[in-house]
Amino acid sequence: MQDVSTEKKEFVPNIVAFCCNWCSYAGADLAGSSRLTYPANVKIIRVPCSCRVNPMFVLKAFQQGADGVILCGCHPGDCHYVTGNYYTRRRMALLYSFLNYMGIEKERTRVEWVSAAEGAKFAAVMNDFVKTVTELGENKRLTDLRVKEGE
Amino acid sequence: MKDVELKMLERAKALLESGEVARVVGWKKGDFYFDPSPAVFESVEELEKDFVYNWFCGANLSKYLIQIAKKEGKTAVFLKPCDTYSFNQLVKEHRIKRENVYVIAVECLAKLDVEKIKAQGVSSVVNVEVVEKKVSVTDLYGDVTVLNKPDVILTKCDTCTKTHQVKDEEIILHERPERDVDRFAEVAKLEGMTEDERFAFWREQLSKCIRCNACRNVCPACSCVKCVFDNPASGIAAKANDDKFEEQLFHVIRAFHVAGRCTDCGECSRVCPQNIPLHLLNRKFIKDIDGFYGEYQAGETSEGKTPLTSYTEGDIEAKDVFNGEAK
Repeated sequence: MQDVSTEKKEFVPNIVAFCCNWCSYAGADLAGSSRLTYPANVKIIRVPCSCRVNPMFVLKAFQQGADGVILCGCHPGDCHYVTGNYYTRRRMALLYSFLNYMGIEKERTRVEWVSAAEGAKFAAVMNDFVKTVTELGENKRLTDLRVKEGE
Repeated sequence: MKDVELKMLERAKALLESGEVARVVGWKKGDFYFDPSPAVFESVEELEKDFVYNWFCGANLSKYLIQIAKKEGKTAVFLKPCDTYSFNQLVKEHRIKRENVYVIAVECLAKLDVEKIKAQGVSSVVNVEVVEKKVSVTDLYGDVTVLNKPDVILTKCDTCTKTHQVKDEEIILHERPERDVDRFAEVAKLEGMTEDERFAFWREQLSKCIRCNACRNVCPACSCVKCVFDNPASGIAAKANDDKFEEQLFHVIRAFHVAGRCTDCGECSRVCPQNIPLHLLNRKFIKDIDGFYGEYQAGETSEGKTPLTSYTEGDIEAKDVFNGEAK
């Protein structure tokens, strides 16, 4: 039956998670095969290395309606390509600090290092991030108004 | 400033006449006294007719060299202190060949902003005399108004303590007084606000943007042959009729692209027709880089790595950049 109640629907955030192929994506896989649960609204995008994530990807995700963006990679020192995540760390530290300077809530952005053996950590991180963003509410500051209009 | 101009003209003529250089990049007279524009001179006649160097020569000539210095023969250029940083940065990025350019370092005791002079109620400026901290402005009717120099200099000159980083020779006739200024004061003020206040501030500022792309076109760090903002498939190339959020992203992307390479020359804010304080975006990156990874001034040398193309194992984690709230 069609829902005609005026009660506000519970807010379910859109979360984009960039996961590196070698550690975090395998970590997500392990979380799954270990039967650990994390919210289904986390959309994982697999990248060859966390260093592949151009800051524009993060902005684009927000522009297209993401409420939070999390970037997961190998622990510093464990990068499959040896040094990729060191560059990621600098890049994202500067980008997130800058977005906050523009007035974007700092809780919407996060970097976590998750190894292939840390399935439990992956699930815990995602649960925590989704909880944080849900409490924060909808991302209105970085979305493109035209995207929302079509809904 | 007239004495400096004469000395510069004399040197430019000598260099061209001797055949040491094929052309000189400097400033030529505009329609008015207060709008000289960057120009290339290829003969002594052109120099005698149009060459000028006055209190309104604020433009940074470095970026023009990308194209001009590719031509045959050597190019002489007049660079103010802040321009030499951009020059170095462009040499570092292999956009300019150092050996093709003859750099003449010229003095700069801060340049004046005609808009600020107008705001003080003086228009139709035909001459300016500066004695220490007083500016005597003569207008078209012969009236002379005395203004405070700090009130009418370009915003980019407000906090400048730069010195020449490159020179083959110099023309400096007047000593520049020592200054004690904090260029991060305004950034720190914004950092001290709450997120909501900062968002309101930037939305108000950036909503004024008309996407004329002047900031990109003038920026010496924006030297890509093919720019992302000219690519229709990027989703960010559209112009004025877009909404404010896209404008906001335009400036975020641009600021990030020049992070670690921006020399803080302040040209973006100078050319902005809407008076958006764009330099405060770039300065935030400079302040963060200084704070997180050690002090770094882009353009100080023409070699070495930039903060975003290097790393150390003990770098700050992204989650720690917010410690101490207002970061």
